[in-house]
This record gives sequence, C-alpha cells and structure tokens, in this order.
Amino acid sequence: MAIKDLPRDEYLLKGHAACPGCPITVALRIALKALGNKTILVIPACCSSVIQALYPKSGFNVPILNIAFEAAAAGASGVSAALKKLDKTDITPVVWAGDGGSYDIGIQALSGALERGTNFIYICYNNQMYSNTGIQRSGATPYGAWTTTTWTGKKEHQKELGEIVRAHHIPYVATATISYPEDLYAKVLKAKNMKGPRYIEIFAPCPPGWRFDMSKTIEMARLAVETGAWILYEEIDGQFAFTSYSKKILEGRDRKPIEEWLQLQGRFRHLTEDDMKKINSHLDEKWNQYKKS
Amino acid sequence: MKTAISLPTLGAMGKTGTWRVFRPIIDVEKCIKCWRCWIFCPDGVISRDDYPTIDLEYCKGCGICAHECPVDAIKMEREKK
Repeated sequence: MAIKDLPRDEYLLKGHAACPGCPITVALRIALKALGNKTILVIPACCSSVIQALYPKSGFNVPILNIAFEAAAAGASGVSAALKKLDKTDITPVVWAGDGGSYDIGIQALSGALERGTNFIYICYNNQMYSNTGIQRSGATPYGAWTTTTWTGKKEHQKELGEIVRAHHIPYVATATISYPEDLYAKVLKAKNMKGPRYIEIFAPCPPGWRFDMSKTIEMARLAVETGAWILYEEIDGQFAFTSYSKKILEGRDRKPIEEWLQLQGRFRHLTEDDMKKINSHLDEKWNQYKKS
Repeated sequence: MKTAISLPTLGAMGKTGTWRVFRPIIDVEKCIKCWRCWIFCPDGVISRDDYPTIDLEYCKGCGICAHECPVDAIKMEREKK
C-alpha cells in the first residue's frame, strides 16, 4: 500500500495542543485511520492527555477515557468488559500510553491485562522519557542520553518492553515507527481485526526532549531504523518476523553507523569515545542475537 | 456523580497558526503528489485537493512538510509582522 492510498479520514481536529513537530499526533493520526471511529481510547497521564487541549474542549474526535498513570490497561479491561456485556463488540478499546506509563508506572496493569487475555489493543508510543512532566529519565531512555534527572548521561541501557510483552504469549505483538506510515497502518489494521490482547509499540522522536530541530521528527525516526537503534518486527501467534527496513538489514543490508543518528541529537552531545564503544557493542550484541534467532 | 466531559471542538487551543514563525509555501508546479507532506503533518492541516493545500489558520509551522518533500516543492519563509 502506498501513502496516497491510506484513508483520508481525520480523527484529530486542527488546533490541538501538541508542540509543533510532535511525533505523537503523526502516530495517532495514522493509527486512527486504521482504527476508525468505532474506537474508545483509554489514555493515562502522558503527553496525549495534555495534547487533547483544555476542558471543556477536546481536540480528538473519538471517545476518550482519561485515567490515572498506572491504570491504563486496568481501565481498558473495564471498558472491554462493559462492551462485551452491552454486546457492542464492534467497538475496539485501545490504550494510548506513553513509555513512562507503560515501561515503568503502568507495567503491572499491562502485564495483568495481558495475562487475563483481555480483548483490547495496547499502543505504547515510545519517546524514551517522561516528556509531559519536563524530560525525566524513564525505563526506555537509552544509555548516555541526557535528561533533567540524568544530566551527565544515563548510566543504564533501556529495557525492552516488547520482549517482556512477548513473554506473555499474546496473539499480536508489533513495533512500528512514524517514518514508515504504511507499515504502521498495516500493523494497526492487522491488530484491529484480531481478538484478545494485542500490543503495538510506536517509536516517537520528541524534538524538545531529544534536542533536535522540529522539522526533523520523521528523519530521526527513519535514521533510528536505518542505524538499527529501533527495530521493526511483528509476532502473530508466536510467528516472529522482521518487517520493512529492519528485514532488509537482517537479510544483509549494512546498518548505518549509529553516530549518524546520535550526532543529530543534543541529548547525546556530551558522549565520550568510551560511551560510543558501549553503545556500539550493546547494539551489535542485540543484532547478533536477532540474527541467530 | 456528574462526570466532566470535553466535547470535540475544532481549534480547541484556538487558532494555532499564531504559533508559527516560518510559513510553508507550496510550489504546485514541482509537486508530484506523493502526499508525504499530508501523512507526516502532525496537525493534519494539509488537505488533499488537486494539490496539497495548507490551512494556515492552524499550521504551527514545524517545517516537517518542507523537510520531507522529495522534490523540494515546499519552502519555509519567515513570517512578517
């Protein structure tokens, strides 16, 4: 499917409160094109709860349940149960949460909902920090990155929630990013047409948080995939496969050097040679593992 | 208990075009209608008519459309007072 064939429906109204160049609204626009208006969004505390704009107005043209930070997946379980009771099975409950609300604060609710086999889609948009509260480190922040709570650079590598979710053996797990809209659209549509718990993680480069120019949001996402810092894959009923550009890398195309991606971001400005070595060896290790499996 | 409900409103944060510092200008003669500007616009202000048209009342001027255009048909020009 080409970009021009994607549906023209818009569920985000013009004049919402997102920063200029925001990746979340790009991701949400594409995701909602696939999900359609028969969707109920459950949004915990994250940028998206602010982007909606102020009471009594909303910039999103779908029903939303705004809920506490740790409770997104639990809230969606309730929505899912209510829809089943009311026999409204054509409506999809979808969690739209940031990485803070998924990797750290919301992980117990997420794990619980996945284990119970709740019929819902969980979409985590990963901007690798708590951007809503002013750029603090999260479990998704990569090694070396500056945030206001790791101002000499983070000392730990990020964890991989996709792997944790895969260990729950649910019907559908996928990763995507905004620079490959056809891939993202296809994955959300695939998830929508399945039953049971489904998980999609969307990589979302944040201009103010990562310290890069707002016009380069899409380029940052593309470079992350081309350098191998972000990986596109999907797993349907246990069948794991790389997709899009990541598949080409796995089949032998060269990964671009990670420096190309790092040097465009102010949050990595202070990195030393030692740091670069650590980042490179971590990345190589990860890719070697993928190539073996 | 009464629950607070927000209703979908166009321009919920007002006319966000006032945030803009650089204005995107499309050269329709160069446009190849790939619609990359349309899909990558964070604000959904680019509409799909014969050629892309930008709603300047709400465009925040991030410049993603100009940066992603494969044929450089969009340029960013500084807003005048």
